[in-house]
Amino acid sequence: MKVVVDEEHKGQIPATINKLSFLSRTLNNRTALLYLLPSIVLFSVFVFYPMFKTVYLSFFLTDLQGRPAEFVGLENFQYLIQSESFHKSIKATLLFVLYTVPISIVTALFLAIIANEKLKGIGVFRTLFSSTMGMSVAASSVIWLFLFHPSIGAINRLLSIFNIQAIEWLVDPSWALISISITTIWMNTGFTFLILLGGLQNIDENLYESASIDGASFWYKMRRITIPMLSPTLFFIITITLINAFQTFGQVDILTKGGPAESTNLIVYSIYREAFINYQFGTASAQAIVLFFFILIVTILQFKFGEKRVFYQ
Amino acid sequence: MKKVELVQISKSYNHHTNVLENINVSIEPGEFFVLVGPSGCGKSTLLRMIAGLEDISQGKLFIGGHHANLLRPSQRGISFVFQNYALYPHLTVAENIVFGLQAQKVPKNERNKRCIEVADMLGLIPFLKRKPRELSGGQRQRVALARSIVSQAPICLMDEPLSNLDAKLRSHMRSEIKQIQRRLGLTMIYVTHDQVEAMTMGDRIMVLNEGKIQQIGDPLQIYNHPANAFVAQFIGSPPMNLIPATFNKQKQTIQIEYHHEILVPLHDVRNISNEDIIVGIRPEDIHLARNEPIHFQIEVVNVEVLGTETIISFKIKDQQWSMKWNGQWRIAIGDRIPISLDYQVLSIFDSKTGTALKNAKADTHYKINEVNL
Repeated sequence: MKVVVDEEHKGQIPATINKLSFLSRTLNNRTALLYLLPSIVLFSVFVFYPMFKTVYLSFFLTDLQGRPAEFVGLENFQYLIQSESFHKSIKATLLFVLYTVPISIVTALFLAIIANEKLKGIGVFRTLFSSTMGMSVAASSVIWLFLFHPSIGAINRLLSIFNIQAIEWLVDPSWALISISITTIWMNTGFTFLILLGGLQNIDENLYESASIDGASFWYKMRRITIPMLSPTLFFIITITLINAFQTFGQVDILTKGGPAESTNLIVYSIYREAFINYQFGTASAQAIVLFFFILIVTILQFKFGEKRVFYQ
Repeated sequence: MKKVELVQISKSYNHHTNVLENINVSIEPGEFFVLVGPSGCGKSTLLRMIAGLEDISQGKLFIGGHHANLLRPSQRGISFVFQNYALYPHLTVAENIVFGLQAQKVPKNERNKRCIEVADMLGLIPFLKRKPRELSGGQRQRVALARSIVSQAPICLMDEPLSNLDAKLRSHMRSEIKQIQRRLGLTMIYVTHDQVEAMTMGDRIMVLNEGKIQQIGDPLQIYNHPANAFVAQFIGSPPMNLIPATFNKQKQTIQIEYHHEILVPLHDVRNISNEDIIVGIRPEDIHLARNEPIHFQIEVVNVEVLGTETIISFKIKDQQWSMKWNGQWRIAIGDRIPISLDYQVLSIFDSKTGTALKNAKADTHYKINEVNL
């Protein structure tokens, strides 16, 4: 529409435009909302509603169906603070995170660097290294269940060749968490490897060539080129791995069921037991809230201190 | 200053076909040597082989008299400027410049001294604290140059360093690079696909096509005496006009189309053995025919007025030719103009091999001027 302004009508025109464009002004927003609608609905049903429900439930004692029975305020949280079992669970979770995250990343980084070479048949290795990504938690756990078997497991057999005494991988309280960690690291490797390899391939080959003409050593290139150029990818994968580690459930359920002596009772497994075995939905919800803040704080800390070292192109 | 010698060098990626074949050349100390050719001719590969970034499949490379085939890039005494500059995006200009010195554990004082020196030479002092992404294309190019100069390597290799710059900056950097090379006495090996860069910068030029050397020589030699039709057409702007023709031995004439005949002088008749030939003529050698008996009528299809010269395009036998006349001409598209083709300025090539049978007599039309004071 073309608006011609002459002297006489100059004063009236802005009002007309405002009136006419009221609908068209909001048109963009309404269109945007329409596009967002599917994800808003999905998120509301599967994320926002359960989240608020969890917060709500954490202030209640519940009956066996999980319906709120009695408002108890912060008692559920007080109970957790005093609970020996919950302390153990937190400690196991933190240890688990400490074991799995750095080793997963370093292993995957190592594999990504060696698989980044342009060699004949390198595709085979890239496929192999990333293959654990395509395996379900259940399947991988079952594989490791066999490997860890005290008498017929491959690991103990291998150890016996070197005359090392058989280890009760999943039954010994001092080994169980380590066994779960090994399984998890193995499972993490595929995805982490793939992401890091992608990051490495994005680095301009000429940078390395220029550095080798300058006489830079492998470690010098690693420190001055690879790590800084890979930092956004590293930051992303560390965040993801960290969050995943806090939320580990499947392998614990299949391999140890939180035992022995609660040594592998990671927090999500503990929540599950509290809710669906002990039917204490109130305290389970309280634990979930604690976990939520744990992850939130760790992620905030990471962004605060980690992101400074990240170089974005 | 160091000499670089290539003896019988070949490169193959699959053991069957050679991407580079039988390259023999000796690059003198302090020389500005240009490798020029169309894209995919193997010129960058050759440069990377000299740098040690690619293996040499066959032949020998000598740098400063030493056999260098198996030396690592850092042991060859070279610096390299990449087409995309290969600047470290996470480091500042200063850190970029001293990256190599740091890798070689040069003491900090000297590092800084050399960095300042080079930055001063290239006018980079105000930008030392900036990151590459905060620089313009020309400034990045200077950082890449600075990084190569600061290494004090006697041989400098450049791989199309100016191709990412706009035309104006490019012509400025051409003379700047040339001056730096002279001042520091570097042995320069410079790869480009741009024949203007080759002509203006090189002390000597090597023209490559399909992995084979077409010609090596100084710019004027290559322009005036192209070894074959490829070189003739590749060097020069607009390129040399080429057209298939037949040579009639009895009549001693070259026949272009049916009615265009050019008489061949007796002493040249025996030099031309073939019947099928390619005739070439530089755009600046085609003149307006004034009262000359033998001339061509052409119809103008395009005119480009450049101020000091005028480029006129016309069609001969489905081929577009162009001619370059000095000064300003008022010519309209569709005009019919008589032109003369003088035998003296014709180049004649074998139509099968492309080899030059006769070059244009440069001295009749271009006198190479000299300033004597």
